[in-house]
Parts: sequence; structure tokens; C-alpha cells
Amino acid sequence: MKNLIQAFLAVLVVSIICLIAINRLNASAGYSGTNTLTVYNWGDYIDEEVIDQFEEETGITVIYETFDSNEAMMTKIQQGGTTYDVAVPSEYMIQKMIEEDLLIELDHSKLPNLKNIDERFMDLSFDPGNKFSVPYFWGTVGIVFNTKMLPDMDFKSWEDLWHPELKNDILLVDGAREVIGMGLNSLGYSLNDTNKDHLQEAQDKLNTLTPNIKAIVGDENKLLMANGEAPVALVWSGDASEIMFENEDLDYSVPEEGSNLWFDNMVIPKTAKNIEGAHQFINFMLDAEVAAQNTEYVSYSTPNKEALKYMPEEMVNDERFYPSPELTDKLEVYDNLGKKNLAYYNELFLEFKMYRK
Amino acid sequence: MENKVTRNLYMIPYALWIIFFVIAPILLVVYYSFLDIEGNFSLVNYQNFFTSTYLQMTLSSFWYAFLITAISLLVAYPTALFLTRTKHKQLWLLLIIVPSWINLLLKAYAFIGIFGTYGAANNFLEFLGIGSQQILFTDFSFVFVSVYIFIPFMILPIFNALESLNPTLLDAANDLGASKWTTFRRVVFPLTIDGVKSGCQVVFIPALSLFMLTRLIAGNRVITLGTAIEQHFLVTQDWGMGSTIAVFLIIIMFVIISLTGIRKRGA
Repeated sequence: MKNLIQAFLAVLVVSIICLIAINRLNASAGYSGTNTLTVYNWGDYIDEEVIDQFEEETGITVIYETFDSNEAMMTKIQQGGTTYDVAVPSEYMIQKMIEEDLLIELDHSKLPNLKNIDERFMDLSFDPGNKFSVPYFWGTVGIVFNTKMLPDMDFKSWEDLWHPELKNDILLVDGAREVIGMGLNSLGYSLNDTNKDHLQEAQDKLNTLTPNIKAIVGDENKLLMANGEAPVALVWSGDASEIMFENEDLDYSVPEEGSNLWFDNMVIPKTAKNIEGAHQFINFMLDAEVAAQNTEYVSYSTPNKEALKYMPEEMVNDERFYPSPELTDKLEVYDNLGKKNLAYYNELFLEFKMYRK
Repeated sequence: MENKVTRNLYMIPYALWIIFFVIAPILLVVYYSFLDIEGNFSLVNYQNFFTSTYLQMTLSSFWYAFLITAISLLVAYPTALFLTRTKHKQLWLLLIIVPSWINLLLKAYAFIGIFGTYGAANNFLEFLGIGSQQILFTDFSFVFVSVYIFIPFMILPIFNALESLNPTLLDAANDLGASKWTTFRRVVFPLTIDGVKSGCQVVFIPALSLFMLTRLIAGNRVITLGTAIEQHFLVTQDWGMGSTIAVFLIIIMFVIISLTGIRKRGA
């Protein structure tokens, strides 16, 4: 019994020492200062130098935290606890957060650099008038493929995926909207179609793709494609540019029938304490030169039209990531279809996943 | 008298635990299962469950859980038997248990590497002259990895049952002229059946609701009830339907536990 108590006390003492040490470390890292700004962003989604620059210019200490899914981010913000001042959710999540009253309205008079943003990316259905959000990066959904393993294909059309030669070759992303959307697009329907006949048609069409599908995975598709595990995958353009950097044989294509246009936007959540600083930060990120530097690092597509002037030409002229206006016109942003339709999409996706040839 | 009071006092933490972490969650799950996607009270989820999609899913979950349990048992029993006969029992046992301390996700990622086109498994097949095969994202890889993960939980109860077996019984069987096989069939196995039962419970029930491996190792080619629950809670946010599936899982678990229940014998 005595030994047990001693052991227990030892654990207790060690825990307390750890706790104190953490507090000390946080304090020395400046985490307890008064003028701080907590930024909550996706992992590896900003050039750290830009943050240093911002800190130097404004004297605000930035605490940078990362998340790996929109859902996880929203849960943390909902719970409160941490005072996130700026967050970067994707468009469908912004809509949800507006509905749940988790965002603070932006003061546009404090964001003069907003004029740098391309009009095409402003005032979209998920946030009319950009009352709550400002575009950070954007992209498409398309096909990434290995040019060494598939030298004769270019994937200019969704139909190419149905090619019998691709038996057991395709990786799909585990998202109902992306996959059902691909089916709808290949039939010429809108991504936001809620007509049950059209959706059924899309599912039937997808079922015929089953023999070609190798797997339906999440983030693992990046690793699998980079390693040459599969020759074709349905991905977001951001992931594509990331893996193309790792494996030079890979190429990316947005099929001509149309596809999805997605956004990650900066918002100020209700948890914010430093609202003034948050506006300063957003405005700073919208600065043409800063955005250019940041885009070069992150290598996603920037909505900042002024920033394009400061970026290397081969990057700006890359039609895979800055598609021509003809193609951009065919891209659609996901509308919020409401819980019921979303449930129906998921039901179809589940049935599709269970379908065996 | 005082004895009774202290006994009741000792019961408080246990009772609180059961109420807050077992009974309350189950009641909540049942409550949510009666809510449709708009949050209205309805039976629509139960109606949905009896459509071909979910029934098919239930059957396939059962089939895979059965396969996983059966294979685990086939591997675990001889292993446990072997372990009881070795010199350094505790060391061998530890070696079997240690992998279960490693995070499931890490193990799954390791298998993606091993089973990949250029992974160790395919290198070995090439070496044997069989040639590279598609291993990852197949039924085989899913069952194999699941068995690998569950096997310590099968070995332990069987090992314990074998350990507590009175060795004089074996001598007696031998003296009375029973062959080795008869001894195993008539003496050893019946006396360790409780270990087998609890091993099967511990493997079958979680195997029914496996969800992460279905994506990482089976590439969503295997869909279990667990996958559906995950999707309903995280993506669709249709907690009602997710809860309904969970209610059925809970019912199935109770049925299994009572079927394989360990009857108390006289001391």
C-alpha cells in the first residue's frame, strides 16, 4: 500500500512539473502577451515568412494553429475555449457556420485591399456580398494522372475514366459531392442538380465505372499517387499541385464538361478577441505582393488578380491551375443543397460504394 | 452495519460511471434514432434500415466479422497452446501483446506500405517468381490486417484458460488410454471453451463495426455498418440514421453476448 501511494505521488509530482514547464514555455514564446492574434489554418497552408513580416509591421504576435478537416475546425470553434481570431474554412463550411451564427461580419472599410480580388471570386452563392468571408485560395476538382504509366491519355473528358484499359486503376476521393458530381458532370448535368431522375442516372453511370475503380480513399490518395501506386485519381487541384511537386511524372487536367470550383476563405469566428488585429491580418494577406509570395510557397491558385503580376509567368500561365475563361465558366461552386438533399447524395454514394460488378 | 455503509460508498464511483458513460449514452442513441433529418420525431430511420442497402450492409458486416473471428481463432488457439508449453511464457506473451500498444492508424499506414505495388509483400512475390499482385484494397488485405490487429485479444483469454487447466487432468486422460487427439477433444477444449467464447466476443463485436480499416486497407470496397455510422455522423450530419444503425449494433451485441454467455458454474 505504501509503495502504491509513493508511486502515485511520484506520478502526480511529475505531472505538475510538466504542467508548470508548459506554462513557462508558452510564456517565453510570447503566447501570453496582450497583443496576440490566433490564426487557425490548414496545415502547411501559409508561408511562415509572411507571418514574420506581419508581426514586424504591426507588432502583433501571431499564434499559428492548424487543422486537417473542416469538421474538426468547426467543432473546435463551436466548443469555444480557444480564442481563434482568423480561420480559413472551405466554402460549404462557411455557409454552415453562417447558419449556425459562428462568424462575425467583416468591416469592409478596414479591408481596402479587397479591391485586389478578382470579381469572379467575389459575391458567390455561399456568402453573398462577402459579408463574412474573403477568398484566400481557390481551386478545382480534376484528374491527376501519371504520364509515364498512361502515355496516350490526356483526360480532357470525364468519359476517359470509363476507358476499359483503366481496369482497377482509378483512385476516387471519399466525398459524396465530388464523386456524384463527377457522374452528373459526365452526363452534362449541374453539380447542384437535385432532380432525383438525374441523380439516379448519375449513379447508374457511376456503377458502370466500378470495374475501373481501385479504391475510394481520403488523404491517402496523395501518398498513393506520389508513389506510383495507381495511375489515375480524382483529386482537388490543391492536392494535385502538391503531389506533382513530389512526382514529376504526374499531370493534372480539369475535364471540359465542367467541374467544381472550390474556395478556402478567411473568416473571423465568434471566438475572436482581437477583431481589430484580425482585420489587419486579413487585409495584410490580401496585399498583392504578400499574396504573391504566399502563393509561390503554397502553390495553390490565388484569387488575388494584382498578385499575379508579381508571380513567375510560368505559374500564372499554367492553364491547369489558372484555367482559361471558357473553362472557368463551366466550373460551379457547390450550393448548399440543404440537409435532405445532402443526405440523398450520401445515400446514393453509399449505394455506389457497395455496388459490386 | 458499518460494513454495509462502506460497501455502498465504494459503489458510488462505479454507479456514477455506469450511469453517465453507459446508460445515458445508450438512452441518447435510442432517443436520436427516433429523430429524422429535420429533427422531428419519426420512425423513418427504422423504415430506412429495412431497405436492401442496409440489410445488405448488415449481412456483409456479419460475414466479414465472422471471417475475421474464425481465422483469428484458428491461429490463436494453437498459438496459445504452444505458448503454455514454452519455457519463457511471459516473454513470448509480451511479444504478442506489444504490437497492440501501437496506434491502430500507424499500423494501418504501415500495411499500406507493405501491401503496396512496390511494397515488401510484392517484392517477395516477385522473388518467388509469382509476380506482382494487387494486394492492397482487396478482401484479402482487409481480413488479414483485421486478424493481425485482433489476434492478441483472442490469444489472451485462451492462454489464460489453458494456463488454469489442471495438468493432472491430462495425466489422468493419458493413463486411461486416451489418445492425444481424444484428450484435446474431450478434455482440453471443453475446459477452455470459456476462454474461446470470451475471445470470440472480444473480436467479433468490434469487427462488426470496424470503420477506419475499410477505407485505409480495403479502399471502401468493403462497407460495414461502422462505415455507415461514421458517414452519417460526420458527413451527412444525419445523426438519427447513424443512431438507428448504432441501436441495431447494440441489439446485435446483446444477442451475441447472451448467446455466447459464460454460464456460472458451481464453485
